[in-house]
Amino acid sequence: MTTLAETGLPITRRRPRIDGWTVAALGIAAATTLPVLVVAASVLFPAGDAWAHLASTVLGDYVLNTVWLVLGVAALTFTIGVATAWLVTMCTFPGRRVLEWALILPLAMPAYAVAYTYAEVLDYAGSVQSWLRASFGWGRADYWFPEVRSVGGAVLMLGLVLYPYVYMLARAAFLSQSVCLLEISRTLGSGPWRTFLRVGLPMARPAIVTGIVLALMETVGDYGVVQHFSVSTFSTGIFRTWYGLGNLTAATQLAAALLAVVFLLSALERFARGGAAYHHTSTRYRPLPAFALRGPKRFAAITACGLPLLLGFLVPAGLLTLWAVQTAPRVLNERFWGYVLNSVVVAGLAAFLAVAVALVLAFAARLRPGAVTTWASRVSTLGYAVPGAVVAVGVMIPFGWFDNTLDSWMRDHVGISTGLLLSGTLAAMLFAYVVRFLAISFNAVESGMTKITPNMDRAARSLGAGPWSALRRIHTPLLRGSLLTAAVLVFVDTMKELPATLILRPFNFDTLAIRTFEIASDERLAEAASYALSIVIAGLLPVILLSAAIARSRPGQS
Amino acid sequence: MFGLLSRGALAAAAVLAAASISPPALAQGEVNVYSARQEVLIRPQLDAFTQATGIKVNLITASEDAIIERMRTEGRNSPADVLLTIDVARLIRATDAGLLRPIKSAVLEQAIPSQYRDKDGRWYGLGLRARVFYYNPARVNPAELSTYEALADPKWKGRVCIRSSSNTYNQSLLASIIAHKGAAVAEQWARGIVANMSRPPAGGDRDQISGVASGECDIGVGNTYYYVLMQNGTEAERAAAAKVKVFFPQQPGGGTHVNISGGGVAANAPNPANAQRLLEFLTSAEAQKIYAEVVFEYPVRAGVAVAPQLQAIGTLKPDTLELSQLAAHQVETVRIFDRAGWK
Repeated sequence: MTTLAETGLPITRRRPRIDGWTVAALGIAAATTLPVLVVAASVLFPAGDAWAHLASTVLGDYVLNTVWLVLGVAALTFTIGVATAWLVTMCTFPGRRVLEWALILPLAMPAYAVAYTYAEVLDYAGSVQSWLRASFGWGRADYWFPEVRSVGGAVLMLGLVLYPYVYMLARAAFLSQSVCLLEISRTLGSGPWRTFLRVGLPMARPAIVTGIVLALMETVGDYGVVQHFSVSTFSTGIFRTWYGLGNLTAATQLAAALLAVVFLLSALERFARGGAAYHHTSTRYRPLPAFALRGPKRFAAITACGLPLLLGFLVPAGLLTLWAVQTAPRVLNERFWGYVLNSVVVAGLAAFLAVAVALVLAFAARLRPGAVTTWASRVSTLGYAVPGAVVAVGVMIPFGWFDNTLDSWMRDHVGISTGLLLSGTLAAMLFAYVVRFLAISFNAVESGMTKITPNMDRAARSLGAGPWSALRRIHTPLLRGSLLTAAVLVFVDTMKELPATLILRPFNFDTLAIRTFEIASDERLAEAASYALSIVIAGLLPVILLSAAIARSRPGQS
Repeated sequence: MFGLLSRGALAAAAVLAAASISPPALAQGEVNVYSARQEVLIRPQLDAFTQATGIKVNLITASEDAIIERMRTEGRNSPADVLLTIDVARLIRATDAGLLRPIKSAVLEQAIPSQYRDKDGRWYGLGLRARVFYYNPARVNPAELSTYEALADPKWKGRVCIRSSSNTYNQSLLASIIAHKGAAVAEQWARGIVANMSRPPAGGDRDQISGVASGECDIGVGNTYYYVLMQNGTEAERAAAAKVKVFFPQQPGGGTHVNISGGGVAANAPNPANAQRLLEFLTSAEAQKIYAEVVFEYPVRAGVAVAPQLQAIGTLKPDTLELSQLAAHQVETVRIFDRAGWK
């Protein structure tokens, strides 16, 4: 098998025309871009002298820290994600079967919860340094200890919980590689390292880049970690400008600048994919050959895979459990289960919607390749990197405008008041989630879609199936793994989502994330632990299911 | 799979439809509260209100500016009746945006000293918090401590712990210094504090107290109730609180800087009468007692006892400044902090 050269044959006729699929893609793009556009439109309004002030004082810090954060998280997620994915996929060593699925677990940890727990333990007053001082009789000036509340600390926290994106996508890519290529590489005399560097890695490039871009989008949108560590980034700057300077316009303009960065990132991803196609022409699949590791190599592999799991999941989850046990009797009441139900239902609905929308978008881009659908899908996914609170403002403004305009019109012409139809409803909240998380579901669905050879579509067409029928009977079943991945990722992210939920939710509607945040922001970490832990547990089940699904997803294996 | 998709789609559509047609609560016997004070801290008072009056309370909590922005975009159809905040500056910001209506209430005017409420009756203080010093008695002689300004003296170099300037408590403290002494002195002060910090600002108020207890710094700045909460907290927190003493600094010519948690009635409130009743209830002796005992704030109503634990750390002599004066300096404070390099 090699990469398929462009045959020039479109999947369907390439006569430019406006049809249902193009319209659907445009509709999705228009709807999901609306909040982002509201944000971007802020550049048209004057923000007073706020920019002059920002530029002369803190803007440099915002830019510099954001750049360091992006570079650091990119390097960390790449290293951990790719190394662990290759090791568990291509090598055999003790513990591999467990690590295979366990390496995804940090995904269920909210980054802010990890940051809270590590800061609590590792800062000067924390138990580790206190123990060191007590044991060795050190004073403040007698020793050096890395400062956890720093850019480096933030990189570490974010890298530890975000590497699973790279791991999952890289692993799925390694698994789906046809054995032929790898065997050819071996027969031509390449050892395991060379096979990895010359064949495995390049073939998985689009998947790896997608994973890193997802991690980076989440990084620039992160508020919880950087805020807790007092690292000034664009994201904290947006809120400082909004809350502190009371200048929402300048704040959204900062967000618009952030959007530009994200656009760049997603362009980078397209560029990395290049024009190559990565679907398979061969249908020969056999179990992958495994390099059996021995001696020190075996130990090194176990360490390399175990460490991220330990630091990204076991340690923080263990600490949370320790604290939760102390406070659980106070926390576990009827209300608690109400929060669990709210979280799960909302996350489930959001996952379903985000995947359905992504499927339509990705299929439209496949059926009608061209500038329109490409751009539609590109702009639809911008919301992921926008901090949740900014997306929420972008949702609130047009919805409020719609509600009040309709209400005024109805009062004037019909004599009834329609009040607020959309604002403050579950619908507005779900809409915000789709805007925010469509990038995740779309990337997962699309990268699955690119692996389905166009010959499938052609065969379906020649057998008389229309696009809708092909999507239903061919693509959806083939994409089962990708759709499940997409749904789980959105589900878990929605469980953890905080700022948009806070601002948009209806009356008396609380979720686990909201409780965690409120209590943690009141600096009662021990009590927040029970809520944080239940987010992790509720996220774990789907993550484990996902892991199993990926393991089973290797084509040709049942 | 696709069958599942379409069944799910139907279900989702049904839920969405149900969610979007359910009308906002307008019925008699309800009051809708937008609160920046988090649920666990306000629920006891609200439950007591429902018990006393039979009026049902609907609640949303969020950060202050976010919830103000929500009220603004919802416009005249906003279901909000009452806005509760934990900072005077945000009450005034909401007032300036035209989101709060003036109400005339003899009950409120009698219960709340005039410096803690708006002259036109658009916002009212419901509880007080003081910003004080925490010091390590082994390394600091309390006789050396006096005013907030004195903390900027070079002799405290490398010895002060204070949190980020993004925090509203620090912003209001700086605003009060501006109100007393002018912007130039305030900026000088901010620079002096930055120079005296023992580490970059981080964490919350409890972290400053822990910093003093662990020896990372000698003096921390924080609000009063955090200390009392730590005394009732986890084992580590109790141990830390035990190592630290409290000092009530003075404003030059005044008392200790205080901020309020407070509220006002929404301009477009669908249930204004209930909203006013709620505010009046929150200043009643019964509700003020809950403020004192649950949140460890100082009651705003004269004659309600301060919680014994709070009483034990010293006597508060509050600054006499009209709180409405702080708001005028709010934007200025963040700019000064930015220029001073206070993260």
